Amino acid sequence: MDDAPLVAHFTLDDASLFCTGDWTRRGLQARINDFHALPIPTTVKMTIHGDDVKAMDTSGAWSLHRFIHGCKAQGVDIELRGFTQEHYSLLDLIARQQAPQEIPDAKIPGNLALIGKNAIDGFWQVRDFFNFFGEMFLISLTWVVHPGRIRWVSLLSGIQSTGYNAIVIVALLSFLIGVVLAYQVGLQLINYGANIFVVDLVGISLLREFAPLITAVIIAGRTGSAYTAQIGTMKLNEEVDAMETMGLSSMELLVLPKMFALLIAMPLLTILADMMGVLGGMFMSKGLLDVSFNEFLVRFGQVIDVQTFLLGLIKVPVFAVVISGIGCFQGFQVRGSAQSVGEHTTTSVVQGIFMIIVVDAAFSVLYGNLGI
Amino acid sequence: MGTSLIKTDALVKIRNMSFCRGKRVIFDDVSLDIPRGKVVGIMGPSGTGKTTLLRLIGGQLKPTSGTIEMDGNVIHRLSRRDLYKVRKNMGLLFQTSALFTNLTVYENVAFPLREHTQLSESMIRDLVLMKLQAVGLRGARDLMPSHLSGGMSRRVALARAIALDPTLIMYDEPFTGQDPISMGILVKLIRHLNDALGMTSIVVSHDVPETASIADYIYVISGGKVVGQGTPEYLQQDENPYVKQFIHGLPDGVVPFHYPAVDFGQDMLGEAS
Repeated sequence: MDDAPLVAHFTLDDASLFCTGDWTRRGLQARINDFHALPIPTTVKMTIHGDDVKAMDTSGAWSLHRFIHGCKAQGVDIELRGFTQEHYSLLDLIARQQAPQEIPDAKIPGNLALIGKNAIDGFWQVRDFFNFFGEMFLISLTWVVHPGRIRWVSLLSGIQSTGYNAIVIVALLSFLIGVVLAYQVGLQLINYGANIFVVDLVGISLLREFAPLITAVIIAGRTGSAYTAQIGTMKLNEEVDAMETMGLSSMELLVLPKMFALLIAMPLLTILADMMGVLGGMFMSKGLLDVSFNEFLVRFGQVIDVQTFLLGLIKVPVFAVVISGIGCFQGFQVRGSAQSVGEHTTTSVVQGIFMIIVVDAAFSVLYGNLGI
Repeated sequence: MGTSLIKTDALVKIRNMSFCRGKRVIFDDVSLDIPRGKVVGIMGPSGTGKTTLLRLIGGQLKPTSGTIEMDGNVIHRLSRRDLYKVRKNMGLLFQTSALFTNLTVYENVAFPLREHTQLSESMIRDLVLMKLQAVGLRGARDLMPSHLSGGMSRRVALARAIALDPTLIMYDEPFTGQDPISMGILVKLIRHLNDALGMTSIVVSHDVPETASIADYIYVISGGKVVGQGTPEYLQQDENPYVKQFIHGLPDGVVPFHYPAVDFGQDMLGEAS
């Protein structure tokens, strides 16, 4: 390739336009504005000479056509001369691309219509969501009634990936929460010399609230999103449809093992979080408040009863159902594109965490009313 | 009209069926029969709802009005349990093959057998190897779906679809995107399996020569209606302008080359002014 600049040239006389050089996209680049600025000649007849046009592509032909079109609109008669056969056919092709057809105007809904549409869509989604939960509940009964139908392999591998593989992160984070809690509480207690009460505060708040909540949030982010992405991808790949056409219930094959895996794994993880959180509190109490491990544990046995532990643990199965339900529901909502998988995975995590906190608050109100 | 073939025993009967998506009418009062033991082609250009028709027959969608019967069962009136039972007698070969990507070729074919039967492991092994042998991929049984070429994965999907020896098998665009050799293999397989296993086959496709070479009867669908039907030889002679354009692959005709648009000149000049 030579480096000579590819340029289109044109000169306009009274009644002739001389075109030379490269009438291509690259050639016209520098001159296109000048060419568009050419005045429409005032003569009656005009000749366009193309003897020295070296190359022409659709941009060149289109620019020329537009000029010709402008002239004709002003009543100027145009004659083309000296173009090669190829350039003539190209110009001709451009000129003929004017099939008169109508399309209806695109409807752009107004703001009010959009609000209405979103409201209705939201309503349908809530309805679908409840349908899904109802179906999930009914189908889960079949596993309870016919334990022979339980898919042990899926269930156990589910427990491994959602439970066993999450042990380290749950343990570490709840340990740190225990440390933070003991530190914040300890700072206040020191002022009153009430150091030993750190056990009551850390113990009760961890067992009743923080351990279940932290576990649920980690699982929603870690497992809920994985459920959505997995089912969503299977949906895109038509694997879900393939199951349905084989006469298999995708709900039973895909959702139940996931839900039961969480129902088993999450309470175990929560107990681990309880222990690790208390351990973290113990370390911090020893360092900050001079409460020895022994004192801590003796006091713990005195003030924390089994009820405290159970009130925390009883919330966990509800969290498990919420997380697996939302995760799977969002997976089945995936339509059409990889982007949709991403969107629904995000929605799954956000809705999951949102619902966990709502459910937790509901439990607090319930416990409050029951006086426990 | 060459419909004499159709009057025999029909496995699938569609009567006055309409189907709408929102305000868009996909099918408008369609009636057709799929005779038992035959290969029936359903043809039409892309976007005419051929795949939708398969989903309607499979009961994944419900018609807005009219009925679809399979073996005397009205599909959309069945309870969930009965629908799943009927579906065991249907195989569907997806356009994308839809293999389970986390299972090997062997496990993919074994999947419906494991789910629907109580057969022993050795029996399942024999059946899976038989089906894989039928599609010529017995040697590929340990591969994962990601290691298969497009043609091979479609053959595995075919083996999986016939694993339970269905009475009806539906092919969704089986020839699309296949090289000539895989295409030849698929064409031969579809006919061969139909006759050897005594199945009924529905081939949804827009590949005219391939479909014409194996189908006993063809329906041409356009704009939600059956616009032509008959044996492949009959359709070759059909004078209906639409059928003619479709069967002979003419670029312009009743179906215009251009998607509806404003005048091309206005469109381009309009932006410049």
